[in-house]
Amino acid sequence: MSPQGPFPRFEDALRTGLPLLTCEIASGDSADPQDLQRRARLVRDHVDAVNVPDNTAGVVHMSALAAAAILVREGIDPILHVTCRDRNRLALQSDLVGAAALGVRNVLCLTGDHTIHGDHPGAKPVFDLDSLQLLGLVATLRRGRYLSGREIRPAPELLPGATENPFAPPYDFRPLRVQKKIEAGARFLQTQITYNVPRFAAFMARVRDLGLDRRIAILAGVAPLRSARSARYMQERVPGMEVTDAVIRRMDQAGPERGRAEEEGLRIAVEIVEQIREIKGLAGIHLMPIHWEEAVSEIASRARLEPARRALTATAAARTGRDAAPDRRGPGAEDSPLDRPREHRA
Amino acid sequence: MPFPAPFGLESVRRFFRGHPRVTRPLELAILPFEVVSKKLAFGCKMCGQCILHETGMTCPMGCPKSLRNGPCGGVRMNGHCEVDPGMMCVWVKAERRSRWLPWRGAILRIQPALDWSLKGSSAWVGLMIGRNGKEAR
Repeated sequence: MSPQGPFPRFEDALRTGLPLLTCEIASGDSADPQDLQRRARLVRDHVDAVNVPDNTAGVVHMSALAAAAILVREGIDPILHVTCRDRNRLALQSDLVGAAALGVRNVLCLTGDHTIHGDHPGAKPVFDLDSLQLLGLVATLRRGRYLSGREIRPAPELLPGATENPFAPPYDFRPLRVQKKIEAGARFLQTQITYNVPRFAAFMARVRDLGLDRRIAILAGVAPLRSARSARYMQERVPGMEVTDAVIRRMDQAGPERGRAEEEGLRIAVEIVEQIREIKGLAGIHLMPIHWEEAVSEIASRARLEPARRALTATAAARTGRDAAPDRRGPGAEDSPLDRPREHRA
Repeated sequence: MPFPAPFGLESVRRFFRGHPRVTRPLELAILPFEVVSKKLAFGCKMCGQCILHETGMTCPMGCPKSLRNGPCGGVRMNGHCEVDPGMMCVWVKAERRSRWLPWRGAILRIQPALDWSLKGSSAWVGLMIGRNGKEAR
């Protein structure tokens, strides 16, 4: 259990309808949990939930499930990335039930990066399921059944999430894929890192036309750059990432000196946050500081981003006496507030 | 149901399912023609559960991640595959081609997980006996 007792879950934050803030921290390469705990404490009070990536880009790190369980002990609600690259349907099911047993409820269902770009390019990629079938699998588990039909009692309480990349072709199909993911059971959606704001706005316009923003909470991905070199690397070497030339130019102008480059990276990130929060239909921001946890609080304070759970803890504190804890998943949990029209809130 | 069954088809399916001694030789006879024609025309990978007609007549098994429900997030800016930069993304092609089909909405259908035990078997015979898409999603 967490040191400070029950803490607001990401699902509770989703229900508030307030702008959400999540971030990602790497599980790391240390067998000592203190390394992860130290980095987790840097972001704990600034976000609603913390994503734990699963061997991103096919590079091996500590197990995401283990890292997520450590975060639960720290009083953080983790969002566990589950990819289809390393696990077949048996392993996926046992990991998901195990995650629920460890108090990890939010699962981000991903296809996963191919092994060929990672540090073990010779490994055999699995891809037994794809991300949509994985979402369907989570829905089946939530109903208390394995894919085989065998019963799980009690059923795992999982909150399935999905991702989308508005910056990769076929652009017209991306919003439709979001629709497919909603139909497969996704309850929240985190997007790829945004540098091309007009492209993101066009994506969101189509999403609104399809009425999808009212059916799922969409969090826009934002990541601060640390140097011109990393910006260039992302532009050239990371497929599906669109770093605009304007951003590269600004990072170049900041020069190679670390402090100045980082300052420029933060400034760009804050500007992007301020631009995309004007876009209608967005439920929040998802920060992805790559090995730079300090940037989360910095961006949050500069852009005045607050986690929705702060409102929850405030109401819980105000409601002294009988039930201090905010509403946990109860009988009415299936009726998501996302069915209500979501106005511009981010 | 993997394919809308018109009236009477179900009884045909039941007959073939109930008579493996007819079905099996039939499959052996059909298989070479199916392999050659689909491999030449669509680069078929013989998954045994053909959904070509629902994915813009583009075989989704040509995708290095064998994605059957849409493109991954790694498609390059020029529409090429992240794993094999020389190859156009299967799903970029599928999406473009599906627009020409009268049943273009089929691409939005959620495809169930593959039954890998059917790999190498005849999808045509599978369609005939209603074996495709048996695995629960």
